[in-house]
Amino acid sequence: MPSDPLVAQHVLEFPGGYTRTTGPVIGRFLTELRARRIVGVRTVEGRVLVPPLEYDPATGEPVTGEYVEVGPAGTITTFAWVAEPLDAHPLDTPFAWALIRLDGADTDLLHAVAADNPKALAAGTRVWPVWRDRPTGHITDLSHFAPEVTKIVSSVRAEYRLQAGGALRVFLEGVERGVLLGSRCEQCEKVYVPLRLACPECGNTLPDTLELPDTGTITTFAINNLPDPRAPQVPFVSAYILLDGADIPMIALIGDVPAHEVRQGMRVKAVWVPESERTASMANIRWFAPTGEPDVELA
Amino acid sequence: MRDVAIVAFAQTRHTGTDTGLSEHELIHPVISEVKERTGLRRFGFTCSGSCDYLAGAPFSFVSALDALAAWPPISESHVEMDGAWALYEAWVRLQHGDLDSALVYGFGKSSLGDLRTIMTLQLDPYYLAPLGLDQLSYAALQAAAVGAERQELDEIVRRSRADGRGNPYAFDLPDPSDEEFAVQPLRRTDVPPITDGAAAIVLAAGDLAGRLHANPAWIRGIAHRTEPHYLGMRDLARSASAADAGRAAGVGKGPVEVAELHAQFPHEEIILRQALDLGGETVINPSGGPLAANPVMAAGLIRIGEAARRIHDGTAGRTVAHAASGPCLQQNLVTVLEA
Repeated sequence: MPSDPLVAQHVLEFPGGYTRTTGPVIGRFLTELRARRIVGVRTVEGRVLVPPLEYDPATGEPVTGEYVEVGPAGTITTFAWVAEPLDAHPLDTPFAWALIRLDGADTDLLHAVAADNPKALAAGTRVWPVWRDRPTGHITDLSHFAPEVTKIVSSVRAEYRLQAGGALRVFLEGVERGVLLGSRCEQCEKVYVPLRLACPECGNTLPDTLELPDTGTITTFAINNLPDPRAPQVPFVSAYILLDGADIPMIALIGDVPAHEVRQGMRVKAVWVPESERTASMANIRWFAPTGEPDVELA
Repeated sequence: MRDVAIVAFAQTRHTGTDTGLSEHELIHPVISEVKERTGLRRFGFTCSGSCDYLAGAPFSFVSALDALAAWPPISESHVEMDGAWALYEAWVRLQHGDLDSALVYGFGKSSLGDLRTIMTLQLDPYYLAPLGLDQLSYAALQAAAVGAERQELDEIVRRSRADGRGNPYAFDLPDPSDEEFAVQPLRRTDVPPITDGAAAIVLAAGDLAGRLHANPAWIRGIAHRTEPHYLGMRDLARSASAADAGRAAGVGKGPVEVAELHAQFPHEEIILRQALDLGGETVINPSGGPLAANPVMAAGLIRIGEAARRIHDGTAGRTVAHAASGPCLQQNLVTVLEA
């Protein structure tokens, strides 16, 4: 019994490929490609055709025997983005087909351009050829083109050893005990936190050290969408907190509340790590969390 | 010039998948239909258009001749192009003056393989075909060069598909809603449907035309022009060859009531309207056009048949038909028909 439906696979193929002679004009182009050069041919009217043709498409006149090296860089005039490459395509990751006006040419070469996404390309984007490892004299000796180098990523890393002396040391020793230390300027009548030795406004030495409570009010805040090693999750909120009795806000993380519920005037209190884990470091305070008290009217 | 008219047109109810009919089985009904309409059993000249790469077999048009009655021997020719070019050859043959009738047909089954990559084989074998440049990719390059607003493109697809639903030979396709790209900037809904189908037309010269049809569609102008094959040597945003063919055929010598355009992608309609200088008074593709049914190698001939049908049924007095071939509207054939 025949199967139903009756279906057969049929393949059209020239095993081993189809041999073609190139003629002198296309042959010259392909020979130059094998030497990793791209040439165009000059027409009687002086235009440079790339890739070369035997006849000027505008007039039908045979081209001259003058070959001109062009590129290797060029400018994209039009492109289309292939999100799902086919087996026969030059690249197996998403890429663009582009018409490329090589420097010194009067017509456009059609080839593939590698890019991360279509937004990385535009009419006017400069591209350079990427050659195949072993050129053989074939249009695919040009593996593809890639955008001109317009930026690089350079790594920066230097190590430092920091030491807390002076006011910072006193402040951090306070934090280790679970106390926030500030200082008061007698002349300006302002309380600064963290503790400092001189008043930033009048320059007076600040002798008065005082302990501030760990409660305060959010004066302003920012919702951060980039991860930070110190933050609990993304997005996280960093805020200016005006500690009760202080005149200068201190920056800290806000926690135990969804980011979109944080607001100016919100009352907060420090969340300390357990006493056994405390060190002379701001890490002693995990973040500030809402107290649930009514909001404060900010001036 | 001899007066030559279209006196009969028939097309298959196209399918989106292979029904298993061989090529001569596909064309036999439409040949029988135009024979019946005209009462002619024999024709002075016969010419067909098809593409061997669609079937993957050499000289595939020869076996299709079995549908015609080729014995006793007939005067016959074939173009490896859309049947519209077969019609042009038949029109030229009738200008010789010794024959009065011609049968023209075009056919293709694009469902047999992957049309997108099969059309790569029509590109030049030195610079383009080895890159694997496929049909949707080069059409997308042209769409990018045109740079039309998405809203205008969607409206062309929506209008074509709505008209297609009113055409019993075309498909019932949904309105554009798919945001997915085929090859950016072409969306999947910008791509014409894979279609198997055939069409036939009978041409008659002089008095014979009047005897075969009460309203013959007279060919008042017909011309075709071509452009360089290599895409980088052309301005893809415009069609100089369609404009030249339109001028040579005399499109602008009178008002155009209906234009049937062989626009397979919506941006091609924009290019062609501009090239043929078609204004708002011209109804474009009331059949739905290739976006509603695209039997490759018959779609251009169907444009001529649909433009003639408007004259046959008395709904239009002057129509224009356009057929295209080659990558990105490389070649364009324009026919002007009058009552």
